[in-house]
Amino acid sequence: MSDITETTAKYSIGIDLGTTHCVLSYIDLEQEGDKVAKQLFAIPQLSAPGSVTEKYQLPSFVYQAHEDEISKDQTPLPWNADNTTLVGDVARNLGLKTPIRLVSSAKSWLSHATVSPHDSILPFSSPDEVEKISPVTATSQYLSHLADAWNYAHPDAPISEQDVTITIPASFDPAARNLTAQAAQALNLKHLNLLEEPQAAVYSWLQACGDEWRDQVNVGDTILVVDIGGGTTDLSLISVEEVEGNLTLSRVAVGEHILLGGDNMDLALAYRLKMKLMQEGKQLQPWQIQAITHACRDAKEQLLSDNDIDTMPIVIPSRGSKLIAGTMQTELTRDEVKQTILDGFFPATAVSEMPQQNTRTALTQIGLPYAQDAAITKHIAHFLNKQHDAIATDAGDFIKPTAVLFNGGVFKSDAISSKLIGIINDWLITADVEEEAKLLTGIDLDLAVANGACYHGYAKQGKGVRIKGGLASAYYVGVESSMPAIPGFEAPLEAVCIAPFGLEEGTNHDVSTYQFGLVVGQPVKFKFFGSTVRREDVVGTHLDFWQPDDLDQLPDIEVTLDSANRNSGDVVPVSLSVTVTEVGTLKVEAIANDSDETWEIELTVRQ
Amino acid sequence: MNFDLTNISELPAGPDAAHIALFALSVILLLLTLIRGGKKTVEIEKIVEKEIEVKVEVEKIVEVIKHVDVEKIVEVEKIVEIKAPLQEASPAAACQLLSLLQNEARFIDFIQEDLTGASDEQIGAAARIIHTGSKKVINEYFSFTPIRTEEEESQVTVAEGFNPSEIKLIGNVLGSAPYRGILVHAGWKITKVNLPKLAQGHNANIVAAAEVEL
Repeated sequence: MSDITETTAKYSIGIDLGTTHCVLSYIDLEQEGDKVAKQLFAIPQLSAPGSVTEKYQLPSFVYQAHEDEISKDQTPLPWNADNTTLVGDVARNLGLKTPIRLVSSAKSWLSHATVSPHDSILPFSSPDEVEKISPVTATSQYLSHLADAWNYAHPDAPISEQDVTITIPASFDPAARNLTAQAAQALNLKHLNLLEEPQAAVYSWLQACGDEWRDQVNVGDTILVVDIGGGTTDLSLISVEEVEGNLTLSRVAVGEHILLGGDNMDLALAYRLKMKLMQEGKQLQPWQIQAITHACRDAKEQLLSDNDIDTMPIVIPSRGSKLIAGTMQTELTRDEVKQTILDGFFPATAVSEMPQQNTRTALTQIGLPYAQDAAITKHIAHFLNKQHDAIATDAGDFIKPTAVLFNGGVFKSDAISSKLIGIINDWLITADVEEEAKLLTGIDLDLAVANGACYHGYAKQGKGVRIKGGLASAYYVGVESSMPAIPGFEAPLEAVCIAPFGLEEGTNHDVSTYQFGLVVGQPVKFKFFGSTVRREDVVGTHLDFWQPDDLDQLPDIEVTLDSANRNSGDVVPVSLSVTVTEVGTLKVEAIANDSDETWEIELTVRQ
Repeated sequence: MNFDLTNISELPAGPDAAHIALFALSVILLLLTLIRGGKKTVEIEKIVEKEIEVKVEVEKIVEVIKHVDVEKIVEVEKIVEIKAPLQEASPAAACQLLSLLQNEARFIDFIQEDLTGASDEQIGAAARIIHTGSKKVINEYFSFTPIRTEEEESQVTVAEGFNPSEIKLIGNVLGSAPYRGILVHAGWKITKVNLPKLAQGHNANIVAAAEVEL
C-alpha cells in the first residue's frame, strides 16, 4: 500500500490558467486503447445573479460586489449554497458595467516586477471603498472554483488525488512560477506540475499527430512556437534531437514576457472605429467602446478569413430600452482590419529590426508593463537573434527555424498565420536558407494549451512522448565586489551563478564554492538575475562583467535568519543550495556551514 | 440495523429446522403483502407500513429481509410512476428564456418598441443586434437537428409507423403508408436543452432589471 499515492490518479487533468479565461480538460488514465480520449470539462458557474450555467471556459475575473448590489441567496453554486464569491462569467458580465469592482488580469500581475503579488491591489486603482484582493488570491479563487466544480462532478475522484498540470507562460520568472504553485496550495494537490504554455501547445500537436509526428519533423529540426494569447505573446524553441536512436524533443529557449496579445488587436480596431465615428461628429462613451471591442473581435475573424466579405457592420446598441432610437451603426472594412492588424501588429520587417522601447502608444495603460512596440514580428525577430546560440549547430546571427507552430485564437484568421509564416520565410530566404519553414498544423487553437497540459500528464506515465524541459534560464545572485570604497560610487556588482541553464526538475545543486555571511535577525536581500542566453555557466561561475543584454535583473530575493540558537546580529557563514522541484518551481536555501540549519530564501518578495 | 449482503452466501450452509420454519413463514408473509400491494397500488402509505411489519416479524433471518427490502423498493417506485401527474409547462423556464433573449439580443426592448416612423436602416441595425444575440442564446442553450435530412422540395418517402408529431402530412392526405410526397420543411428537433439552473427564490419574472448609473 506504500505506493498508493503513485497509483490513485485516475485522471490526468490539464488546466489552462489563462489571463482572460481558464479551461480544464482531462484524460482518463485507466482507459486502455490507442486513441487518447481527452475531454473538455463543462464548468458550472454563475452567469448572472441567481442563474448557474455550464460553460467550457471560466472567465478569469472576480467581481467584488457592493453589499447592496446582489442579495445573498442569489449566488449559490451547485456545491455551495452559501457561496458569495463571484467568479467567472457573472464577474465578467457585471464588470462590463461596473469596471471599478472587476478584478482582471491577475496573471499578468503575478509576473509584475514592482508590485508585491501578496498585496491586496486588485481591482487596480479603484476607490478605497472597494474591497481589494491580491493577485495570488484571485488566481487561487479561479483554481478553487475549478477544483470545486471538478470534485462536485467526480465525487469518487477528487482533484487532490489526480495528476494535475497547470500551464504558465514560458516567460514566467521563478517568482511567478512559485506564486502560481502557491495559489494552487489550497487544492492540496498530490501531483502538481507546472508546464509552459508553448510546450503545452507542442504536446497538443504531438497528440493530434499520433505516431505520425516523426514523419513531420526530423533530427536537427528547430521548431519555433508562437503562442499569442489574449494578453501575452509567448515564444519558445523546441529542438528535435536523437537519443539512443529515438527522436526526442527538447525545449531549448524561451522568450521574454511580452504583454501583447489578441485583446490589444481588438482594442486597436475599436479605437480606429472610435476615430471614424468622431470624424462623423459622433462621440462615444466608454461603455460604447466596450461594445465595439466585442463586435470587433468577431468582425476581425470574418474579415481576415479567406472569404469575399469586404465589410462587416458594427452595431452599438443603446443602453436604454429604446433600441431603435439610440443605436449607432458603423462598419469595419477589410482594408481597415488589414491596416490595423496585419500592418500594425505583423509588419513585414527585416529580421534585424528590433522592437522599439520608447514609443508609447494608445494601447498602454498605467499599471501593467504592456509591450511598447505592437509589432509582434519584431519581438519574434528579437527572440531569434538573442537566442542564436540556443542550438548545437552554428545558427549564425539568428535561429533559422525549420518548422513553426502557431497557437492562440488570433491564428484562426488565415490572413494572420499566412502573413506571419511568410515573413519568417522571407527572413530565411534573405539569409540564404534553401528550405522554407514548415507550418505545423492540426491543433485546436483555442484549446491546445489545456489539451496539451492533460496530455503531458498522460505522457509522464510513459504513455507518450515527453519534451525535455529544465530551467530555461541560468540564475545568479549579485554580490558586491570587495574593493576599496570610492566616494560617490557604489561598489561594482558581481554575479555568482547559483543555477545553471537546463537544470532539470527534481535536481539539486549546492553552491559550495561561494560563501555568504548573513546577519541573524535581519532580512537580507540579494540582487537576483536571470539569463536566457548564458548556457555555459556552471554553478559557482563568477561574473564581474557582462553584456547588458545577457543578464536580466529580476526582483530581489530575501532571507531572514531567525535562529533560536544564535544571537541577533551574529554573522552566519552560509552557502546556497538550489533545487528545481518536481512541480517545476525553483527553491533556494541558505545552508549554515557550521551547523545543519537551513533557511528558505523567499523568491516572491517584491517591493 | 446494519445488514450485510454477504450473509446470503451462508444461507445454504445447513439451516436448522427452526430457521427453515421461520424462513417459510416470512416468505408467506411476504407473498401476502405483495398480493395485497398489487391490488391496491394507490395506497402507498399502507404498503410501507406492511414492510415494517415484515421486518419486525422475521428479524432473525437477516439475509431474507434484505431480499424483501429490495423487492419492496421496486414496488414502491412503480406506484410513484403510476401516480405521476402530467407535467405543467413551467412559466419560470419561459420567463428565463425571455430574460436570456433580452440580455443578449434586446428582444423585449425591440418587440415593445413602436416601429412606425423608423427607417428601414434603423430597423436593419436593430435586427443585427437581435440576430447576433438570439443566435448566441439559441446556440448556447439548445442543440438542434433537422428531422429529415433530405433536401427540401425533393421527393421523400414517409415509412409506415412514422411519428405524426415529427412528420406532419399536409395537402391531399389520402391512402395509406408508405406515403410519397415533397419535403416542404425539414423540421427542427431540439436534441439538448442546457438552460441555466436558477437559484431558489430567484424571481424569473424580472426579465431585465432597471439600471441606475451612479
